[in-house]
Amino acid sequence: MGRMNTIARRTFLIGSVAVVGGVAFGVYTVRKPHENPLTAGAGEAVLTPYVKITSDGIILITPRADSGQGVYHVQAALIAEELDVDLDQIKADPGPPSPAYWNTALAAEAAEFLVPAAGMMQDMAESAVNSVMKVMGLQITGGSTTVPDQFEKLRLAGASARETIKALVAEREGVALADLTTASGNVILPDGQKIPYTDLAGAEVVQDVPLRDPSQWRYIGRPMQRIDMLAKSTGTQEYGIDASVDGMVHATVLINPAQGGGMRGYDASEALAMRGVKAVVPITGGLGIVADNTWRAFRAAQAINVTWEDPSFPLEQAEHWAALEAAFTSEAQDSQKRNDGDVETTLGDGEILTAEYRAPYLAHAPLEPINAIVRVDGDRAEVWTGTQIPRFIQANVSRITGIPADKVTVHVLMMGGSFGHRLEDEVVKQATEIAMQMKGTPVKLTLSREEDMLHDFPRQIAMARMRGKVANGQVEALDLGIAMPSVMASQLSRQNHSAPGPDSQIVAGAWDQPFAIPHQRVTGYRAQQLAPISSWRSVGASSNGFFYNAALDELIEAAGADPLDERLRLCSDPLARQALEAVAEMSDWSGIGGLANGSKTGRGVALTKSFGVHCAQVIEVTDSDAGIRIDNVWVAAEVGRVVDPVNFENLVQGGVIYALGHAMNSEITYAGGVAEQSNFDLNPGMRLHQCPNIFVRGLENGDRVLGIGEPPVPPAAPALAGAIWAVTGMRLREMPFNKSVSFV
Amino acid sequence: MQLRINGTRHEVDVEEDMPLLWVLRDELGLTGTKFGCGIAQCGACTVHLDGVAVRSCQTWAIDAEGAEITTIEGLGTPDLRHAVQEAWLAEQVAQCGYCQSGQIMQAASLLAENPHPTDQEIDDAMSGNLCRCGTYPRIRAAVRRAAAAMQEG
Repeated sequence: MGRMNTIARRTFLIGSVAVVGGVAFGVYTVRKPHENPLTAGAGEAVLTPYVKITSDGIILITPRADSGQGVYHVQAALIAEELDVDLDQIKADPGPPSPAYWNTALAAEAAEFLVPAAGMMQDMAESAVNSVMKVMGLQITGGSTTVPDQFEKLRLAGASARETIKALVAEREGVALADLTTASGNVILPDGQKIPYTDLAGAEVVQDVPLRDPSQWRYIGRPMQRIDMLAKSTGTQEYGIDASVDGMVHATVLINPAQGGGMRGYDASEALAMRGVKAVVPITGGLGIVADNTWRAFRAAQAINVTWEDPSFPLEQAEHWAALEAAFTSEAQDSQKRNDGDVETTLGDGEILTAEYRAPYLAHAPLEPINAIVRVDGDRAEVWTGTQIPRFIQANVSRITGIPADKVTVHVLMMGGSFGHRLEDEVVKQATEIAMQMKGTPVKLTLSREEDMLHDFPRQIAMARMRGKVANGQVEALDLGIAMPSVMASQLSRQNHSAPGPDSQIVAGAWDQPFAIPHQRVTGYRAQQLAPISSWRSVGASSNGFFYNAALDELIEAAGADPLDERLRLCSDPLARQALEAVAEMSDWSGIGGLANGSKTGRGVALTKSFGVHCAQVIEVTDSDAGIRIDNVWVAAEVGRVVDPVNFENLVQGGVIYALGHAMNSEITYAGGVAEQSNFDLNPGMRLHQCPNIFVRGLENGDRVLGIGEPPVPPAAPALAGAIWAVTGMRLREMPFNKSVSFV
Repeated sequence: MQLRINGTRHEVDVEEDMPLLWVLRDELGLTGTKFGCGIAQCGACTVHLDGVAVRSCQTWAIDAEGAEITTIEGLGTPDLRHAVQEAWLAEQVAQCGYCQSGQIMQAASLLAENPHPTDQEIDDAMSGNLCRCGTYPRIRAAVRRAAAAMQEG
């Protein structure tokens, strides 16, 4: 076993990623391989950091968390493709938090922004960012990176595991390696005898196994039964909120509704006298209420009188908008990564179009309220929670408790949705503070919907200003300025990290769009930090995809052109062109319809490149007596390779619905420093009767394999706005659109 | 107080106004029924009282006494699935899956009452159940599939 561990520690997966020497951030530390986090116990063979085969079965140690996007399933399929096991033979385990699981794809996305030029400089920057991420040990699930990050790694791991097992059997049975085959978790001898993988242990890792040709694939690209579907159709899937630990108590919190504000004083005497209430303890920003039942804790929280302090951000919504309006200055300029042609001269005279756009704060609001179980003993702590950031949690619990990080165990549980919400770990910090005051007792902290939504760390508020010009029936110039607070700075500040350099998210989904407008400039402005904000499905692109496409639509209208034809004419990337052509064909595009030809039914179109994915959408609406009804959506997305067409379609439809629901009717606004929406009655999103038909096509023309969790979101709102314009003549420049029109 | 849940009688010592949801989850460990909003806006907590879908977050324990309570665990099991669960599996409805217990209970109640719902009736019956992941197209397909399967018997 010792020898095997030595080899495993060489970590070909980690070691195969080249790190260019000579850059800052401590190359020695970076070059030093991380410890293999999976120590092999007796009877276990640890083949790679990703596959663990024991007498109990085949366990996929997946460093990516599942919030409903099916990453356990997709990763199981990738590994099964090479390992020759059936999908239902694989158990998924999120594994311990470990720096060996750093997320390469997330780093590459950041580097593309920092140095857009190809060549050595990009390699250098990418390596620098990689180095930072590796040092930080970012075991993060986010940025639609799981598939890009794991597409090769997991297949390599599966191939290496398979050949290792075969080599062991060949030696033990005295059979030539070439005479062995593998299927359904067995090595098959020439005489047909089957030896289960799980009978084997103690193997020496076979490295550098070539991957199978795609023509041999059995799983990738074909419809599969998702491995969690049975549990999720029978109520037997255990989520974080369902977890139970012996001796645990049920807790909730009462936190200053003005997020981040302190507590001046409180009176909990009435609550303490209520049935089942065990304790009311002060924690950062408010109180923890401990009881023997979650509902009793909720009810007790409502009986406590607290005097709160104001938050550090402006109290009223109008002040938040004013802060954005004030940010369009050269001093606040954060980036200008696009500046083609001569925008200043072109817009110096003639007829100039201008417009201003707004996108509100938005709660993530996954349906499972956030929760965590924490137990703090004398010298160790244990956490059970659904999270995208187990490494940060380990560090934060260590900091709060003073217990060394290696004595903090984090169990990552299934998440009932996230949309970025579980990139925050406030609930774990709160549970830890409560658990510190009742050592040895596991504290299960469940937030009420109201506590959750009031402290959601919402999506950024954002504004854009457009100036543009048309000539000879064509779009000639677009000057787009975007102002928002830095979501990265807000998010990382809570993890005691700074966010150096410009924030790519301020202009994401706008600066790098595949449209060759002759004079084009995209400028990012960093507004002052306002309410605490966090990554919301598709992050900066969630607002900027709307800004860019809405601005483009207005210019195209001024040019008298067709919004799809003019996008095709301007298109500068063959992959984007193919996506636009696909939705044109799928929707049988023949113009916007609506008022243009006296119809109640009209169409809009948009394309946003985000997370490397070109996603085009055509949306069709009817202006009915009951309001705007969204009838049909056609989506084409270029992802290089569709791993599972069923899960792909489901995720794309879900992304469109998430985007349209929020564009229709959702926002978070502040009054007195408190979010005015605290439950689904005021923040519903889309309901089933509002759901359109959604036709999905995955395109595989590109050579990069890309994730699909986020890219369907950004183009949906502008395509909807375009369709509403077609039937009403109204340009919607502010979300949610129900400020201006009513929906069915 | 005595509650009859999935065919089994349970003696519970709770306040009369404790929502049935929290009796199920925290007192009896039946966690298939989910907490989502607490104000009957999301439907994640849907169970059946005498076969009819109700929001257990708004149902007092005392009001469930004497009724036949069915939760997702009692509708079917992984090995012995209800037709609606079978349809959910075949259509691969779930993403995060958190709302699906409630969706399935709502659909089962609809089909028990109306075995041949029109698309409009499906929309009307299912629109009180939120799905934040946006699996609505598959929910519609699964309800239609279950209706067809139940018709065939």
